[in-house]
Amino acid sequence: MIMMKSFTKSQFNIKYGTIIQGKWHQNSYKVIRELGSGANGTVYLVDFNGNKAALKISFEPMTVTSEVNVLKSFSKAQGVTLGPSLLDVDDWVIGTQQYSFYVMEYVEGVHLIPFIRKNGMTWLPILILQLLKDLGDLHKQGWVFGDLKPDNLIVAGPPIKIRCIDVGGTTPIGRAIKEYTEFFDRGYWGLGSRKSEPSYDLFAIGMIMINSCYPQRFLKKEGGIQQLTQAIDASQELRKYKSVLIKALTGKYQTADAMRKDLLKILNGQTVSDQKRTVRRRSYNYNQTRQRKSRRSWVMGVIETILIFILISLLYVYYILGNIF
Amino acid sequence: MRPGTLKQILLITDGCSNHGENPIAMAALAKEQGITVNVIGVMENDVIDEYGMREIEGIASQGGGVSQVVYAQSLSQTVQMVTRKAMTQTLQGVVNQELKQILGSEVTMENLPPDKRGEVLEVVDELNETVNLEILILVDTSLSMKHKLPTVKEALLDLSLSLNARTGNNQFSLFVFPGKRKDVEKLLDWTPKLESLTTVFNKLTPRGMTPTGPAIKEAIKHFGKKRSLKGLLSGDHDEEFYEESI
Repeated sequence: MIMMKSFTKSQFNIKYGTIIQGKWHQNSYKVIRELGSGANGTVYLVDFNGNKAALKISFEPMTVTSEVNVLKSFSKAQGVTLGPSLLDVDDWVIGTQQYSFYVMEYVEGVHLIPFIRKNGMTWLPILILQLLKDLGDLHKQGWVFGDLKPDNLIVAGPPIKIRCIDVGGTTPIGRAIKEYTEFFDRGYWGLGSRKSEPSYDLFAIGMIMINSCYPQRFLKKEGGIQQLTQAIDASQELRKYKSVLIKALTGKYQTADAMRKDLLKILNGQTVSDQKRTVRRRSYNYNQTRQRKSRRSWVMGVIETILIFILISLLYVYYILGNIF
Repeated sequence: MRPGTLKQILLITDGCSNHGENPIAMAALAKEQGITVNVIGVMENDVIDEYGMREIEGIASQGGGVSQVVYAQSLSQTVQMVTRKAMTQTLQGVVNQELKQILGSEVTMENLPPDKRGEVLEVVDELNETVNLEILILVDTSLSMKHKLPTVKEALLDLSLSLNARTGNNQFSLFVFPGKRKDVEKLLDWTPKLESLTTVFNKLTPRGMTPTGPAIKEAIKHFGKKRSLKGLLSGDHDEEFYEESI
């Protein structure tokens, strides 16, 4: 939708068979085809010594550096399989121009929504459970994924496993979210801040589930939890997970694990307790009645004072009149 | 490196200026004083004409900032993106300057080896999060902007949501042009809470002219006012550091 290119120059168009050679490490990659392109660069499928890999190249070297930083910390944290593993970082020099690129594992698979459309809704909660597990690990390492959305999720396999392919939005916990997509951003819906904390990602998971049942997405009307609740109620599939969804969308889950447990409960036919919410509502009502009560007693007090005042004045007038006559 | 203060002017307009000083020259004047000028062109169905487009790009490039032309409906995301991008750009400039002083005139972030580049970027990210930001928003309220104003309001509230998630402090100020009697009118003085614009924004009445140049000129002055007031209370040495290095 963004029309101008004043500082975002035109896209890459690298032809099949082009050899991209790194300036620092001298590795050569042969371009097979384009996998996708976004605002931050283009991803190509490449051949490296007979193996397939994904190469992301960008006009902005700092975009590459920033994503590489994230991927590196992923590989440092063992057991985190959320993102692709990093293979190489380098610069490609052609003529006077220099472009930065990095090479990562090629995750072969289908995007989340087409996968569900093809294989059925049964897979949705299962993939979400997988995602919540990996996300929980990521949070424990001190990171928040940030720009979580179906476009960044690939279902690989068999065995079926959900993976994230774009880690550009990953932010250390406690900072401001770097990148987001409105539909999956709790700030856009008026349901929270853009501070990176686990509950930010869990909101996005809730929206990914909603998006799976509304592939066209929808625009914000009145926003807030009302509109999203309506959307959940209108879908037979989403109604099953309503309790978990509402809790995720209103930031009630502090950890991915808590959400995962509740989702498992539903899948096993148990009900999810809404305890926190009912308690809060009750205490709210309590406060309200107390307020009303105190207001009533205040009014009574004023009436009492006025009555006493009138009575005393009458007595005084009576007394004075009595003195005169 | 201790975080100082970044100063930005965010200009939201839908076309050409037609009154007063040349806005590109005024943007140059802003840059000379360490203030970055970013421009967002709002269009609607139709395309902005060539001349307006050139002016928008000209103001931003002269003002050391970022420009983007968008449809009204994608304004929210663009406003925050442009602001963040300009912050990074300025901070990278500062870091490059430091690198040149340490490693010699030819060295910038881009020609460091990838590993070192990553470490330097972590410094930029850190600064981005903690630096204080003063952002003066200039909204074009000429007649043609009339029905885009509610969207502009939404976008600005969204911007404060994004920026207030940072650790660093933010100060916002809002000016509109043309104003009631003058070319420019101050709607909101420096405040950390941009949310307070909701009430003032609803009372706006769009008028004819588009005095972009005078608006930028007035905006620059407003930064000065703040600094001198603050300077009485405490010496802000950090600010000078950023001004020099841009």
